[in-house]
Amino acid sequence: MSSTSSISPNYNFDVVKQFAVMAVVWGIIGMSCGVLIAAQLVWPELNFDTPWLTFSRIRPLHTNAVIFAFGGCALFATSYYVVQRTCNVRLFSDKLAKFTFWGWQVIILSAVISLPLGYTTSKEYAELEWPIDILIAVVWIAYAIVFFGTIVKRKTSHIYVANWFYGGFILTVAVLHIGNSMAIPVSLTKSYSIYAGAVDAMMQWWYGHNAVGFFLTAGFLGMMYYFVPKQAERPVYSYRLSVVHFWALVSLYIWAGPHHLHYTALPDWTQSIGMVMSVILFVPSWGGMINGIMTLSGAWHKLRTDPILRFLIVSLSFYGMSTFEGPMMAIKSVNALSHYTDWTVGHVHSGALGWVAMVSIGSLYHMIPKLFGKEQMFSTKLINIHFWLATIGVVLYIVAMWISGVMEGMMWRSVNADGTLMYSFVEIVAEKKPYNILRWIGGCFVVTGMVLMLFNVIKTITSDKRADKANNLAAQPA
Amino acid sequence: MDYGTYRGVYTIIMMLVFGGIIWWAYSKTSKSKFDDAANSIFEEDNQKEAVDKQANDKELRK
Repeated sequence: MSSTSSISPNYNFDVVKQFAVMAVVWGIIGMSCGVLIAAQLVWPELNFDTPWLTFSRIRPLHTNAVIFAFGGCALFATSYYVVQRTCNVRLFSDKLAKFTFWGWQVIILSAVISLPLGYTTSKEYAELEWPIDILIAVVWIAYAIVFFGTIVKRKTSHIYVANWFYGGFILTVAVLHIGNSMAIPVSLTKSYSIYAGAVDAMMQWWYGHNAVGFFLTAGFLGMMYYFVPKQAERPVYSYRLSVVHFWALVSLYIWAGPHHLHYTALPDWTQSIGMVMSVILFVPSWGGMINGIMTLSGAWHKLRTDPILRFLIVSLSFYGMSTFEGPMMAIKSVNALSHYTDWTVGHVHSGALGWVAMVSIGSLYHMIPKLFGKEQMFSTKLINIHFWLATIGVVLYIVAMWISGVMEGMMWRSVNADGTLMYSFVEIVAEKKPYNILRWIGGCFVVTGMVLMLFNVIKTITSDKRADKANNLAAQPA
Repeated sequence: MDYGTYRGVYTIIMMLVFGGIIWWAYSKTSKSKFDDAANSIFEEDNQKEAVDKQANDKELRK
């Protein structure tokens, strides 16, 4: 094996392994929180009359856990893996990389403790209080140093496109997080935003939508541009399109935030800009989606036998679906019906479970055997079962939320001849019950799939079946 | 320059920059460079196979 390390650099895969395994663990925890609060919407007594388990406190824990713990660990793992392999060089700093791992886990644990206790800034997806925010900023800057430092010392002439997306994501999330979290602390556990009124709302949704655009999209597109070609064993459909895709996507996304504030105190012109930019955003989104899916052109048969590839390609179909739905929902007149209803919740989950989770799961299944020096995952059959559980779960979820959301929106706006509301709020809530049960069942499917994944991952790591041809770089002692 | 003019000029500059990116991405001269880049993620595997083969040969000779 010594001859191997003379040619291929000695990569730091320890930190990648840690993040990869924790992504699966946090995925189960975060999604289980989601299943619990989905059940509470049908059976409210499931909060067991304790304040720590109420919907209002577990919901931010659910969103933080799935986005930042599950999605975040998947992004850290894949970006560290991809940047090393495409730059042909070891991570810039092992110590800093280690710091990002432990720092990130401490942040997640403080969220797990502080959110159920009720400490919150009340900013969506930025609920964590100021001491944790500072730690996030520090860890994130360390992440940026490790990532960009590795790119700077790369041994290849070109920076592969996946790294552009990862780089854009890291840079923008730093700006978003620091910008939106500006606050004046009044005690260790309470702070007030430095922004006021409509400006605060605009800052919050500039952050909020770009958390979607950069954290949940650009980073995962980085995954797509590496793992889809790798798993399909053919280069990306059009590298030139990927260049245009990158610049179009990053320059448009940043403007789309105001569509979360239609018909509010935000100035009308700002709302209109947000709407127009969101509608245009459809173009680069679909450009990227087509680029990913068409990578398979001429090799479609692989979908029949390879469940990992199926995860990746179906994730792109969900990406296409939700990036068509999103611009549509950003149109003011559609938004008048959809906003504040379950439709929005369904849209988010078609993006988060369909796109983000499935592309991560596919990438992790590709990466984990290579990291641990195994030829393949312990059981391909289990991956296949996981695939169907995830797909059926997501479809159940979003179909339920579509019906429930449109119904809810229609009922809210129904008025009697004398102008009074036709339905009371609680009547509409009661009407949603069967759909909430269906979404809960969908969630159970997804979590079950994740549990199978954890089992499969543990079995893969602990099995003594090593890669026979040592056809991966991880097989060498680090 | 008042704010309106500035915004107009800025918009035109951004359009030109974006046009430039498309022109650069789709120009004939960058085609081979981008094709190489697209294939670059497979290079390590090829290198690896060559090295493995060498190592195997060595072991066989022992």
